[in-house]
Amino acid sequence: MSNKFVIAVYVDNQFGVLTRVTSMFTRRGFNIDALTVGETESPAYSRITISLSGDGYAREQLINQMRKLFNVKKVEVLEDDKCIKRELMLIKINNKPENRADIHFAVDAYRAKVVDYTTDGMCIEVTGDPTKIDAFVELMKPFGIIEICRTGIVALERGTTSLLEK
Amino acid sequence: MKLTGAEIIIKTLIEQGVTDVFGYPGGQVINIYDALYKYRDQINHVLTAHEQGASHAADGYSRATGKVGVCIATSGPGATNLVTGIATAMLDSIPMVAITGNVPCSLIGKDSFQEIDITGITLPITKHNYFVNDIAKLADSIREAFRIARSGRPGPVLVDVPKDVQVATYEFEEQPIPEKFPLKKAEQCEINEAIALLNASKRPYIYIGGGAAGLGLGHEIEALANKLDAYIGCTFMGLSAVNNDCDRFLGMQGMHGHYASSMAQKDADLILGIGVRFSDRATGNVAKYAKGTKVIQLDPDFSEINKNVLVDLGIVGDVKDAFLRIAAGVDKADHPDWKAVVEAHRTREAQFDAEQRAQAGERLTPRRLFDIVNANKLPHTVFVTDVGQHQMWTAQYAEFDAPRRFVSSGGLGTMGFGLGAAIGARVATGDPTVLITGDGSFGMNLNELATAVSYQLPLVIVIVNNGVLGMVRQWQTLFFGGRYSNTVLERKTNFVKLAEAFGAVGMAAATPEELEVAFRQAVKVNGPVVIDAYIDKDEFVLPMLPPGGSIEDIITAAKKKGESEA
Repeated sequence: MSNKFVIAVYVDNQFGVLTRVTSMFTRRGFNIDALTVGETESPAYSRITISLSGDGYAREQLINQMRKLFNVKKVEVLEDDKCIKRELMLIKINNKPENRADIHFAVDAYRAKVVDYTTDGMCIEVTGDPTKIDAFVELMKPFGIIEICRTGIVALERGTTSLLEK
Repeated sequence: MKLTGAEIIIKTLIEQGVTDVFGYPGGQVINIYDALYKYRDQINHVLTAHEQGASHAADGYSRATGKVGVCIATSGPGATNLVTGIATAMLDSIPMVAITGNVPCSLIGKDSFQEIDITGITLPITKHNYFVNDIAKLADSIREAFRIARSGRPGPVLVDVPKDVQVATYEFEEQPIPEKFPLKKAEQCEINEAIALLNASKRPYIYIGGGAAGLGLGHEIEALANKLDAYIGCTFMGLSAVNNDCDRFLGMQGMHGHYASSMAQKDADLILGIGVRFSDRATGNVAKYAKGTKVIQLDPDFSEINKNVLVDLGIVGDVKDAFLRIAAGVDKADHPDWKAVVEAHRTREAQFDAEQRAQAGERLTPRRLFDIVNANKLPHTVFVTDVGQHQMWTAQYAEFDAPRRFVSSGGLGTMGFGLGAAIGARVATGDPTVLITGDGSFGMNLNELATAVSYQLPLVIVIVNNGVLGMVRQWQTLFFGGRYSNTVLERKTNFVKLAEAFGAVGMAAATPEELEVAFRQAVKVNGPVVIDAYIDKDEFVLPMLPPGGSIEDIITAAKKKGESEA
């Protein structure tokens, strides 16, 4: 079983709050794989989505320590089977004539999009579950990856509930 | 009523019930000091010799009373000098509000003179902190700071106020002190489970920590111990929560705990932990700790449950409420076998004690020193310590006769804490205050002697002087083959003359008789007295559980130099 998990956090929409959260991770020795932050349905709050790995102990500690921070309003673990996870990646690769067809075939198969194109290179946008993104990266490796930028995971629970009102 | 930001700060402090603050003026708090001058009839400011002293004084003030301690410092170095004091308060969950000035908002981020990002620096060592760049939020930020500091598991909060906010004016209206954030009351099923565990226990041990020290439950804990036929032990931070003359009380357990207390905890079949966090110094090797023993933990902080030790039952929230409900529900019990086990440990400990006294002969030893201090101290004495061997001896030997009588840096272990904290404790309580310190620790912040003299504070300062950094030396003896790297203090400081130079009284004591004479005189002096008391450099703090060891590895007799290389 994978020990990766995703946490959604509602925090006060004020400056310095992200630092408070990430500083706690450093202090307590938690390693995060990815973190995203952005606006929410309520102007008072921002939503941080954190993906990280750790055992049950680390998971409990992390949530408890986070709940202690004053600007943190809500912390929830998003269980894999009950949520939708998405990530966006921009990937720049070499564009050699002999690989062009293979690349286009992959782009089609992954429902990705070529968003920049020169005779030497191209930039592709891929959206999806992080495992799909990982797979796409693997697929591109033989063609020569120049640069990768990933957003980190955003995630929502399935159904009609709102995390804030839960 | 329109007031300046500086006036709003002081008015809000007064509104929050603050009567004393500790601090040091400077360029970016000059307006706050002007407001302190204006309201000097309502709020007393104690000027320390160094901002660190102010932070420790605010901490000692709080430890001795439970009130929120307040310190004020200017921007830059003033603010950074508070850092050790804030961290000390954080690690021991002491409610404190630190107010710092900063450069005007227009100069923030430009590396201006005495500009420092103190909210950034103190992020991991405060419960919360504020950078107030809007005067409209100033009073409420301070109010919230107090509320956070005193609610739940207490802790320090810092409020950083740029100079232009201190100068600006805004409407101010006094408000009542808000209630603490409510604590969850334990579910009845949890209480029932605890009661069932306690009723089933044959060898119960009540284990009190810093979280219980301020609850005023001493008598109730003793009553529960009597009812359950249980014994009481405590952590370092739990000292003085139960008076030392309580017959059920075995004293501190842990690395330098009482033999009987540590052994009883090992032999217990149930530990009822009240406001304890199972620190590494208390548990020793955590893998071997409380094996086969059921553990119940009551704590206001949910993150403490299962953090260091996996417990059988964790009850989070209002500890006092949970404790009283549990205590009311348990059945009266009789455990003669358990009593016999514990009394055997006690007899053994009494033997160690008698041996120690016999070995001392005519010499002044730590044991003798405390016999003299205990016999001659005034009622309700607050014991304050620095950090090191003298601190552990105080924890082991000092007799506390009321709650909040032990003021010492437990979690952070801050050398140099003592004198500032003693000043704070004395200002707060007006009760007799004895500082037990070492020549190493005292050397760190002895400048505060000037403060004690200025305010004519009757402090008895006993320097347990062995000419070495004794605790590190003890480790060097036991675990480093007697290689005394930089722990021998080749200093020629004459502490008697030093005290006199500061305007305090100085005395020296090399024998038990001299100490007795000096101490008896000292408690009558209306001002600070320094007693330089000499002990041998090779006195050990015993018993000792070696670091990472468990109760089986307990060291009870001094090993000779280099005998053990663990």
